[in-house]
Amino acid sequence: MEAAYLAVMWGGLTLYLLLGGADFGAGIWDLVAGGPERGRRQRDLIARTIGPVWEANHVWLIFVIVLMWTGFPPVFAAVSSTLYIPLTLVALGIIGRGSAFVFRKASVQVEHQRLFGAVFALSSLLTPFFLGVSAGAVAGGRVPPGIAEGDLVTSWINPTALACGVLTVCVTAYLAAVYLTREAEREGEADLAAQFRRRALVSGVITGAVAIAALLVLRSDARALYDALLSGPGLVLVIVSVVAGVVSLLLLVLRRFLAVRLTAALAVAAMLWGWGAAQYPEMLPGLTAAEAAAHDAVLTASLGALGVGALLLVPSMIWMFRIFQRSDEPAQHG
Amino acid sequence: MISAFLAGLPLEAATPADLLAARQQMALSLGWHIVFACFGVGMPLITLIAEVLGIRTGDPVYRLLARRWAKVMGVLFAVGAVSGTILSFEMGILWPGLMGTYGQVIGLPFSLEGIAFFIEAIFVGIYLYGWDRLPPKVHALTGVPIVIAGVASAFFVVTANAWMNQPTGFSEADGRVITVDPWAAMFNPATPPQTTHMIVAAFMVAGFGMASVYAVAMLRGRRDRYHRLGFTIPFTLAAILTPVQIVVGDWAAKFLHERQPIKLAAIEGVFESGKHVPLHLGGIVIDGEMRYAIEIPSGLSLLAGNKPSTHIVGLNTVPEADQPPVNIVHLAFQSMVAIGFALLALSAVFAFVWWRRRRLPETPWFWRAAALAGAGAAFAVEAGWVTTEVGRQPWVVYGVLRTADAVNPAPGLRWGFYLVTAVYVVLTVITIVVLRRMTRSTPVPDEITNADVEAVH
Ligand code: HDD
Ligand code: HEM
Ligand code: HEM
Repeated sequence: MEAAYLAVMWGGLTLYLLLGGADFGAGIWDLVAGGPERGRRQRDLIARTIGPVWEANHVWLIFVIVLMWTGFPPVFAAVSSTLYIPLTLVALGIIGRGSAFVFRKASVQVEHQRLFGAVFALSSLLTPFFLGVSAGAVAGGRVPPGIAEGDLVTSWINPTALACGVLTVCVTAYLAAVYLTREAEREGEADLAAQFRRRALVSGVITGAVAIAALLVLRSDARALYDALLSGPGLVLVIVSVVAGVVSLLLLVLRRFLAVRLTAALAVAAMLWGWGAAQYPEMLPGLTAAEAAAHDAVLTASLGALGVGALLLVPSMIWMFRIFQRSDEPAQHG
Repeated sequence: MISAFLAGLPLEAATPADLLAARQQMALSLGWHIVFACFGVGMPLITLIAEVLGIRTGDPVYRLLARRWAKVMGVLFAVGAVSGTILSFEMGILWPGLMGTYGQVIGLPFSLEGIAFFIEAIFVGIYLYGWDRLPPKVHALTGVPIVIAGVASAFFVVTANAWMNQPTGFSEADGRVITVDPWAAMFNPATPPQTTHMIVAAFMVAGFGMASVYAVAMLRGRRDRYHRLGFTIPFTLAAILTPVQIVVGDWAAKFLHERQPIKLAAIEGVFESGKHVPLHLGGIVIDGEMRYAIEIPSGLSLLAGNKPSTHIVGLNTVPEADQPPVNIVHLAFQSMVAIGFALLALSAVFAFVWWRRRRLPETPWFWRAAALAGAGAAFAVEAGWVTTEVGRQPWVVYGVLRTADAVNPAPGLRWGFYLVTAVYVVLTVITIVVLRRMTRSTPVPDEITNADVEAVH
């Protein structure tokens, strides 16, 4: 039972990375879009694209947190107490990103828009970084079970955690560039599409390089995880990720912007599942999923509720994405 | 080591300063979130009413109101959502001793709440960005799931809080949870009164809050139809609910009498058990005695049990270490009840003038009071939560887990509190400034036409 539950939770995390992550990535591109005049069209495209969907995408994070404390309460307690510093920074980043985004949309004066825009973009960079750092702290085995048992500082300021933070930032920026390329093409903004295509190519190559570098960091800093990633199911998923990553670059070169969305997402998802597979069944050092899991009655009730909820959610979600992807309708006015 | 953490006991205690900081951080974040949550629950219905009236009558005034309210809703929603996310983090960052052991017991309502949030966020996206993309009737229909999901999410999260007041649905041995019945935990005895009271409160805050904005405009002399309707729609809803809320509040108090007598004793400053216990209006506790209060003889006994001979349990039945701080709870409760009756009086004036004259009241006193009603209702909610949460102390889970044992023992927690406080101060100021500018930058024209409605984006 706990394996099925964990898979659902990991699925939620995957969707958060692919959807919510890309919204952060879009904010990172907002940061480097240039001065107010030069960057205006890019920023408008970014705001139009994430405006209607970011709140729904953001719920995936809440979903994962809640599933974690329901299904694996000791893991939740250990992670959030030991990592309370980076997680507080994540929380502040989430406040900054979400509120600055709507404030920018609601304000009329250019200086205000610039100020909120800067907060939005900067927190779009910091939030995925600290989320990645926190994930890396867990992956590197620096978060022991128990309440605040780990070191409050070195658990997350260490090579593995920092590498994971940088990798997460790269991944979100890359995904966003890929999605925005297609978005610009669909809206008929050829020059923007070309610009984001170039960025997708560059950030894709950088992400691949950072991923390899991160693997080398693991080799010296978290040997057990490194070994598990390069054997068994971990290895299969790593290979899937590498292949999908290379295919994505080719598709970008060939301008197949719709197909590359799928392969890029696959490359990222396989990376995440590779980590999960490499670590399973251990969630924290010395604590397996079965040991940490809540009672079956709880897991069954939650999964049952989610199953029924999915019947409502899936059609709604598909409808939402379709409404905002329809190109024959008048463009958004923001 | 595993057995130690499974026992849910912190291995070392947090300093008193850090415990206090954690409690204040929780109170600040919840107290902040709840105001936005109230608008998140109540505003969609009120906006939808205006939209439907607009579709039915074709009147551009209703349509303009609906569009402008929806725009404000967009800002409030986003801020409410991020502040709620912070809360989810804080449950673990601040209270790992609670979540590590009992997270699974209250997990089900939070999982259900997650579904409600999804529905809400999806349809808010469609509703806010879909005005030009959907036919009017379909658009109005997309507002319905928002209303339902908002009420549902309020229900679910308050069941979790009700469980902290009436922990049921699990059994324990050696500090370990050994069986869980998540449905029984969710539908604990405190769930019916608490959820009802909170949901009604949310509609009152949103209704009086929105009406207050137009009451201010009325005082400034803007009495055109747009402002009159902008006042009347939300105010009517809130005014209808006010008497209901007082009845529900009475239910909540009677429930405390049966199930959480120590909280009721703290609310009323009753130290010795007995029959014919008076109701205290005002007053302050000094040296374990209620002073300077106006006493209504046998009042509390009457309210709690419908007869003057009802036996009331006093604070002195439990050791001093298990008594909540009386003065805070008493003051908070009194403020809530006072505001409740003030709002009832205001609603009565409104209803009376409407009944006799079929128009809005004209006296500036009514409008001055109405201008304060929104803040008053929000204050009542804050006071109600202080009553509930502080009145439960020193327990975080009543009779089961002490707050001091739930807190994160990591050092330096207070720095997080300072940081979060600073962020909330900035956020509060900016939210107010942005909302004010938003309404001022596009003034309402004297003659409202369909073109004005289309121009709102
Ligand atoms: C518009 C807001 C509002 C108004 C006018 C009132 N309340 Fe209230 N009250 C709340 C908003 C609220 C609340 C914020 O929603 C609380 C906090 C927890 C809860 O479930 O509801 C609450 C809690 C609360 C509790 C504690 C419940 C518990 O701890 O289990 C009691 C006994 C009352 N209320 C009683 C009353 C009475 C007798 C009122 C009569 C005038 C009243 N309330 C008006
Ligand atoms: C949204 C409305 C709420 C408000 C305004 C509120 C208010 C407060 C306040 C004032 C405290 C501090 C108590 C003290 O310092 O003595 C507190 C503590 C706490 N509340 Fe609530 N509360 C709310 C709802 C909830 C809900 C729904 C939950 C959980 C599901 C919850 C969980 C807690 C926890 C874990 C603490 C810390 C432990 C404690 O001090 O009792 N609260 N809250
Ligand atoms: C009585 C107390 C509460 C009520 C009535 C309430 C209600 C709501 C509502 C209606 C929303 C939707 C967003 C909005 O309207 O602004 C919301 C958002 C949220 N709330 Fe609360 N809430 C309460 C307390 C809490 C607590 C204690 C937590 C966490 C432990 C929490 C977590 C969240 C989260 C994570 C969101 C964001 C959901 C999203 O992204 O859409 N809330 N809440």
